[in-house]
Amino acid sequence: MSTEARRCEPLNPWRWLPWGGAAAALALLPLVFRHGFALTLLSQMGIMVIFALSYNMLLGQSGLLSFGHAVYSGLGAYCAVHALNLIGKGQLAFPVSALPLVGGVSGALFGVLFGWVTTKKSGTTFAMISLGIAEMVAACSLMLPGFFGGEGGVTANRTVGRAFLGISYGPATQVYYLIAVWTMVATAAMFALTRTPLGRIANAVRDNPERAEFIGYDTHVVRFLQLVLAAFFAGVSGALAAINFEIVSAEALGASRSGGVLLATFIGGTGWFVGPIIGAVVYTFFVGAISSVTKAWLLYLGLFFIVMVLFAPGGVASLAAANLRVAKAGLFGRLAPAYGAALGAGLAALGGFATIVEMIYYHELEAVNDPVLRLLGLRLDVTTAPPWFGAAVVLAAGGAAFWVAARRVRVRWNEVHERLGRGSA
Amino acid sequence: MEFFLVTLLNGVSYGLLLFMLSSGLTLIFSMMGVLNFAHASFYMLGAYFAYSISTRIGFWQALVVAPVAVGAIGMLVERFGLRTVHRYGHVAELLFTFGLAYIIEELVHLVWGRLPVDYRIPAQLDGPLFAIYGTSFPIYRGFMMLVSVTMLAALYLALTRTRIGLVIRAALTHPHMVEALGHDVPRMFMLVFGGGAALAGLAGVIGGNAFVTEPGMAALVGVIVFVVVVVGGMGSLAGAFIASLLIGCLQTFSVALDWSIAGALARLGLQPPPGLLVTELFGITVSQAAPVLPYLLMVLVLILRPRGIMGTREA
Amino acid sequence: MNPSAIELRAVRKRFGDTAVINGVTLAIARGERHAIIGPNGAGKSTLFNLISGRHPVSEGAILLNGAPISGLKPFEINRRGLARSFQVTNIFHNLSVFENIRCAVLWPLGYRYSFWHRLSGLRDARERAEAVMEEIGLARRRDTPAGVLSYAEQRALEFGITIAGGAEVILLDEPTAGMNRSETAAATALIRKVAAGRTLVMVEHDMSVVFDLADRITVLVYGAVIASGPPAAIRADPRVQEAYLGTANA
Repeated sequence: MSTEARRCEPLNPWRWLPWGGAAAALALLPLVFRHGFALTLLSQMGIMVIFALSYNMLLGQSGLLSFGHAVYSGLGAYCAVHALNLIGKGQLAFPVSALPLVGGVSGALFGVLFGWVTTKKSGTTFAMISLGIAEMVAACSLMLPGFFGGEGGVTANRTVGRAFLGISYGPATQVYYLIAVWTMVATAAMFALTRTPLGRIANAVRDNPERAEFIGYDTHVVRFLQLVLAAFFAGVSGALAAINFEIVSAEALGASRSGGVLLATFIGGTGWFVGPIIGAVVYTFFVGAISSVTKAWLLYLGLFFIVMVLFAPGGVASLAAANLRVAKAGLFGRLAPAYGAALGAGLAALGGFATIVEMIYYHELEAVNDPVLRLLGLRLDVTTAPPWFGAAVVLAAGGAAFWVAARRVRVRWNEVHERLGRGSA
Repeated sequence: MEFFLVTLLNGVSYGLLLFMLSSGLTLIFSMMGVLNFAHASFYMLGAYFAYSISTRIGFWQALVVAPVAVGAIGMLVERFGLRTVHRYGHVAELLFTFGLAYIIEELVHLVWGRLPVDYRIPAQLDGPLFAIYGTSFPIYRGFMMLVSVTMLAALYLALTRTRIGLVIRAALTHPHMVEALGHDVPRMFMLVFGGGAALAGLAGVIGGNAFVTEPGMAALVGVIVFVVVVVGGMGSLAGAFIASLLIGCLQTFSVALDWSIAGALARLGLQPPPGLLVTELFGITVSQAAPVLPYLLMVLVLILRPRGIMGTREA
Repeated sequence: MNPSAIELRAVRKRFGDTAVINGVTLAIARGERHAIIGPNGAGKSTLFNLISGRHPVSEGAILLNGAPISGLKPFEINRRGLARSFQVTNIFHNLSVFENIRCAVLWPLGYRYSFWHRLSGLRDARERAEAVMEEIGLARRRDTPAGVLSYAEQRALEFGITIAGGAEVILLDEPTAGMNRSETAAATALIRKVAAGRTLVMVEHDMSVVFDLADRITVLVYGAVIASGPPAAIRADPRVQEAYLGTANA
């Protein structure tokens, strides 16, 4: 038996650096981004981070592709908003700060209700069943107006309840800090869960469900427990959304929300814990910020997603990790010029494409009033040929340049990795 | 009685349309293992192409050109998209088609706008075909059934009587063996995917003007097609046929029925107490519950008999 | 009378219309080292699959330590003290070598589906996994993802996962497949060491390994037992020679 010294892990300061750094950043962000819009965006990001991390408990950690995760966050949101109304009417004495627990517990209960039958199988069957249940619940929401509030949804007032320490959740800043605290707590909890026996066995079930059975584990129970836990955190995020927006409607359960978290998690990267966090930030940026600039935001997001599926299925996190490895070995300098060329060409092609898309939208909607589209300082008369021709040329040239640059990147990449391989031999 | 007959015919015509969609999906799934989330998007493209062509040139030209165009797009998608993701596994292929559905919907928004477009039934086919005791059955529904049956008969003949059909049927169950025998399986994948897309596009041409043509149509029909494929049994054309008719009739009948459990209880002289959730549930009529019924059926099938009605492969 | 470790009674298995196992009756005593040999397609792996619960039997009964297990799920059978390895390497390719083995010890150590224990604090799990890694010689590859190991290393890991749980009955499906002479010798020594005090059943094609390790040998041909007994008797049995080992034709 080896007699190595026991490693005192909890006292290792380096481990706490990311967590402390994140906490500090979350605390200080509102001071940097004072604009109300930025605060809204940050709040939405926090909510999405919890939702995406809970989704990755299923997708990345247990190998379960769900098309209906919004069911749990939506139902958690509905329960939370009803509780909030009860608090407002004085029928329930419960601190608003702890309302996400109501969302979480109700999400978990629905996870127990739907989870046992849905987790019998994994793979495509699970995906289909999750889709079916999501559509079923969404369809039910219009049939039961008592609970779901019909087409208008259910509204509430988040400033009810006894304010303590002057916190009433009236101002958006206070809501932001509530979300920030819950995001830290939920993230830490989900991270801790990955380092438990259940978390590790869930990984084993993902990699090889048959072998997992042959080491004594009922894969059905493992998947079921992961689903219930994921549903808990989804419910927490739903409740925070209910507090933030003070309204819950049928779209909280809907296909677009379920699809959105799938997009977000996949773009971020399912193989790393931090992947969904990155994906949630990117996704919220598209939905919250880019959507106010262009009508085609979902097209761009969809294209981004598809490009990731085709060329980087490990997500942004995998790209970052691979490049960090190269950088650690001091070889990033060989890649940087190739990256730069590809980035420049790609941006040009994207610019050409986006110009055409924006001009199409402008032509359909606004050109009747004023044929000139102002885009990035350019004045483009969409009723004449030159802007279209110009944009097409930029797109074609950028595209061709990107094709060439991408091949150079690939060559350099292989070179770098050959050196890395030799270095470790 | 007349209500029953007309509703049945309507249900069958809708079911045949569903079969045009689900047969393409089943062929693609059986042969390539890919569950094509963008299949209903091809349906939508067929309808929109037909709209544009029929308003500029004519309906009959649209009937031929639109499916071919959609089929060509399908082949391109397979050649440049699916083939790239193929090596990452079935989940990646599924996600690719999932993202594709988003993109196609957004492109439709871009080109045709977000509102429904006025894709009309051509004048020659507008009007009643026959009437039973006052309830009329439209010509166009009959036309839909004719086109569906003709197309499916052609598909059946192509699969059973031609050489390429034989090879495709072999590749449905044993793609690797067929490749080992020297057939160009990737080219066949492209043909099958394109053919499935063209079939979906044709369904869009004839269905888009009977029902509504709007950007949300892909999502609506798409889920129903999945229900059909799951209930019929993934990988079984016969099962998809039965399930298409079943669900077509289920949906058509259920939106017309005003029965409810409360109504049945009232006939027996019972009245549940007001205000309870149970009472609210019992008060729901079949027509109100109609949207839920297909999904309820799918979930029940997945729980109780995951193979579906006639499935050979489990998902 | 002590129940046998494994007992098969008139077991039959059909896949569709094809009968793969045609009435096998066999008893393997506790602590015995038993080898099952036979030509390809005889049904040896199928027999393993039936015993370990991967497939249900069509007819007959299988008992483990006297209790019937036919029809139980694989994890239920595993929890009763039976572990098996696979002919085609079946490991958790995204997890490290250490994690692979640690997963195999979690249930036997009683941690079950716990999500309230910190893995890093489970000393008994870590020590047991490290001990197994030493035994199979993969200690220096501790943090390597299992998917990038070489073939021989993966076979060793496969074996490690099987024995890590400390099961009393171990089924090994062609443990030395694809190994050269020195690797086979090392593997045989390791199997002998680990099998001490346990019941071992193995399917093997390498006759030197079989005759080296086995206390008793069963010969399976076309899904039926044609001979069963100690190695010397099997070697001398004319039916076995005809069916498998080969006869010198006059």
